[in-house]
Amino acid sequence: MVLLEAIILAVLAASTPLLIAATGELVTERAGVLNLGVEGMMIVGAACGFGGAWLSGSIIVGAVCGIIAGTAMSLIFAAMTLGLAVNQVATGLALTILGIGLSGLIGSRFVGEKITPAPHLNIPGLTDIPFAGRILFGQNGFVYLSLALVVGVWWFLYKTRAGLILRAVGDNHVSAHALGYPVLKIRMLAVMFGGACAGLAGAYLPLAYTPFFIPGMTAGRGWIALALVVFSSWLPGRLVIGAYLFGAVTILQLHAQGAGFGIPSQFMSAMPYLATVIVLVLISRARTGGSTAPAALGTVFVPDR
Amino acid sequence: MRKILLAATAALLATGLSFGASAADKLKVGFIYLGPVGDLGWTYQHDLGRLAMVKEFGDKVETTFLENVSEGPDSERSIEQLARAGNKLIFTTSFGYMEPTLKVAKKYPNVHFEHATGYKRDKNMSTYSGRFYEGRYIQGLIAAKMSKAGVLGYIGSFPIPEVISGINATILAAQTINPNIKVKIIWANSWFDPGKEADAAKALIDQGADVIMQHTDSPAPMQVAAERGKLAFGQDSEMIKFGPKAQLTSIMDNWGPYYIERVKAELNGSWKSEDEWGGLKSKMVVMAPYTNMPDDVKKLAEETEAAIKDGKLFPFKCPIKDQEGKDVECKAGDHLADGQVLGMNFYVKGIDDKIPGK
Repeated sequence: MVLLEAIILAVLAASTPLLIAATGELVTERAGVLNLGVEGMMIVGAACGFGGAWLSGSIIVGAVCGIIAGTAMSLIFAAMTLGLAVNQVATGLALTILGIGLSGLIGSRFVGEKITPAPHLNIPGLTDIPFAGRILFGQNGFVYLSLALVVGVWWFLYKTRAGLILRAVGDNHVSAHALGYPVLKIRMLAVMFGGACAGLAGAYLPLAYTPFFIPGMTAGRGWIALALVVFSSWLPGRLVIGAYLFGAVTILQLHAQGAGFGIPSQFMSAMPYLATVIVLVLISRARTGGSTAPAALGTVFVPDR
Repeated sequence: MRKILLAATAALLATGLSFGASAADKLKVGFIYLGPVGDLGWTYQHDLGRLAMVKEFGDKVETTFLENVSEGPDSERSIEQLARAGNKLIFTTSFGYMEPTLKVAKKYPNVHFEHATGYKRDKNMSTYSGRFYEGRYIQGLIAAKMSKAGVLGYIGSFPIPEVISGINATILAAQTINPNIKVKIIWANSWFDPGKEADAAKALIDQGADVIMQHTDSPAPMQVAAERGKLAFGQDSEMIKFGPKAQLTSIMDNWGPYYIERVKAELNGSWKSEDEWGGLKSKMVVMAPYTNMPDDVKKLAEETEAAIKDGKLFPFKCPIKDQEGKDVECKAGDHLADGQVLGMNFYVKGIDDKIPGK
C-alpha cells in the first residue's frame, strides 16, 4: 500500500509536464497548425522559468517567465508559418533546434544553481488521510493546474462558440474564411496558447521536478507530448488517460527493474512507446471510417487578397 | 522577405557552435564534447581539464571545442573539421567517437588524436581513460558502513563493461563489511535524463534502498536522496551543492593533468601513441571530500584510498566468484588483469539480478 502510494505520486509527477505540453499542442493542432517545436519551446521555458525563479526567489514568477518564453518562441513559429506561409514541419523542427541552442545560452549562467522546489499542498486533516490524502491533497500547484487546464480546454472546445469556430478553422480553413472568420488570427492565438503551455511544461521541470537547470533537461519530453496528441485522437479526455498511462508505464518499468524481475531493461525502457503504439492500433481498429485528425492539419493557408 | 528570415534562422543556428579565434604560430588543440559544457558532469569535467591546460600554457596554445556532438558517424565531420582547421592535437572525449576518430586519424597522419575511453589505437591515435572502479570500491565500503537497511540503490546508464565493473567493485567492497548486502539496480538507458534519473532514485528509495549510487551524469538522484533524507554519491563532478547533507563523496574525473602532459609532449615533439589508464594514483580519478559520515568510516575510506594508490590493494582481488559461484580466472596473479576489467560482462556473486540483454 505504501509502495503503491509512492508509485502513484511518482506517476503524477512524471506525467504532469507531458499533460500540460500536450494540452497546448492539442489546441494548436485543433486550429489546423502542426507545431513540431514543442521540445524547443519547452526547453526555453525551462531555462527562463528557472532563471526567473532563481533571480526572484518565487516559483510563480518562474512559471510566468516560462509561459512568456514559450509564447515568445511560438510567435517566431507563427510569424514564419502564418505570416510567411512557410512549411510548418520544417519550421517546427527548426524551432526545436533553435530552442535547444537558445536555452543553453540563456541558462549558462544558471547552471549549477539550485532553488527550493514548488511547495506541495498541505491541508491539515485532508492531506493526512492515509493513502488518498497525499495523492489528492498533497500535490504541487502544477498538478492541479494541469488538470484544470484540460477541463478548461475541453469546455472551451466543446461548450463555447469560440471553440466551435476554432475547430472549424482546423477542419476547413477555406470555409471558415468564407464565413468571415479571421483564420490567421485564430490560428495565431492557438499557436500562442500552445507555446504558453509548452513553456509552462518546460518550467515545471526545473521548478518542481528536478530543481536545477541543465541544458537539454527536457530530454525528449516535447516529442512525447506530440505523440500523446495523436494518441488521444485530438480529444482532451483521452489525453489525460494517455499522459497518465505513459507516466505509469515509465515509473512501473523502473520499479520492475529495481525489484529484479529479470526482464531486459532495454525492453522495459521501450515499453511506454510500445504501449502507445498498441493503443493507437486498437483505437484505429475500433473506429469506423475517417480520420479523427483536424482535416486541415499542417496545411498552409494564404487568404486571397 | 521569407528568404531573409530563413537565412537569419540558419545564421542563428550556426552560432550555436562555438569556435575559438585563430592565430598562426600557436599550437592548435581541438576538443570534441558529447554534451554541453554546462552539463555539470562528463563534458563539464573535460572542459575543466581543457581550461587547466590553457592556464598552464597560456598563449602557447589555442583551443577550440565543439560541444553537443552526437556519437557515431555524424561526429566524423566535426572531427575532420577540427583537423582541417589546423588543429595538431585533437581530443575526442566519448566512447562513441572511436571509429570516426580512427577514420579521420588515417586521413590526417600528421595530426595527433587522443580518444577517451576507447580501445582502438593507431600510430597517431592514443587512448586514455580513468580507473573509475577504484573510486567505486571506496564507495562500496562507505555504502555498506552507512546503510542501515543493507540495501543499496544503483542507477546505471547502459550495461557496458565500464558500468558493470563499477557495480562489481562496489559490491565486492561492500561484502567485506556486510556479506549479506543487497543491491537494487535500475538502468536508465541514458547517460543524461534528469527526470528519469530522479524517478529511478525515487523508485529505489521506495523499494527500501537507503544509499543511492549513480552511473548517470545529472545531479537529480543526489537531489532526490537529499529530499528524502537518504545518502548518495555524486558522479563525475562535485555535487555536494545538490545534497549538502546527503553526499558521502563523489568520483571526480580529473583530466587536467593528462591534457597538460600530452600538450607538453606535443610542444616538445615527444608525442607518441599511448594507452593511458589512470586511476587514483595518477590523480585522473579524484575523490571528493568524505562528508556526512562518522570518523571511523572516513578513516577507513582514506586508508583504502591510500592503499589503492600504493598498489597494496586491488579492487578486483582474487578469488572472485561469478553469480554461479564459479571462480573467475585471475590473469594477473592475485587480481584480475586490466583486459578482464575493461571487458567485464558478468556480475559477481551476491548480486541478485541479471545483466540486461544477457
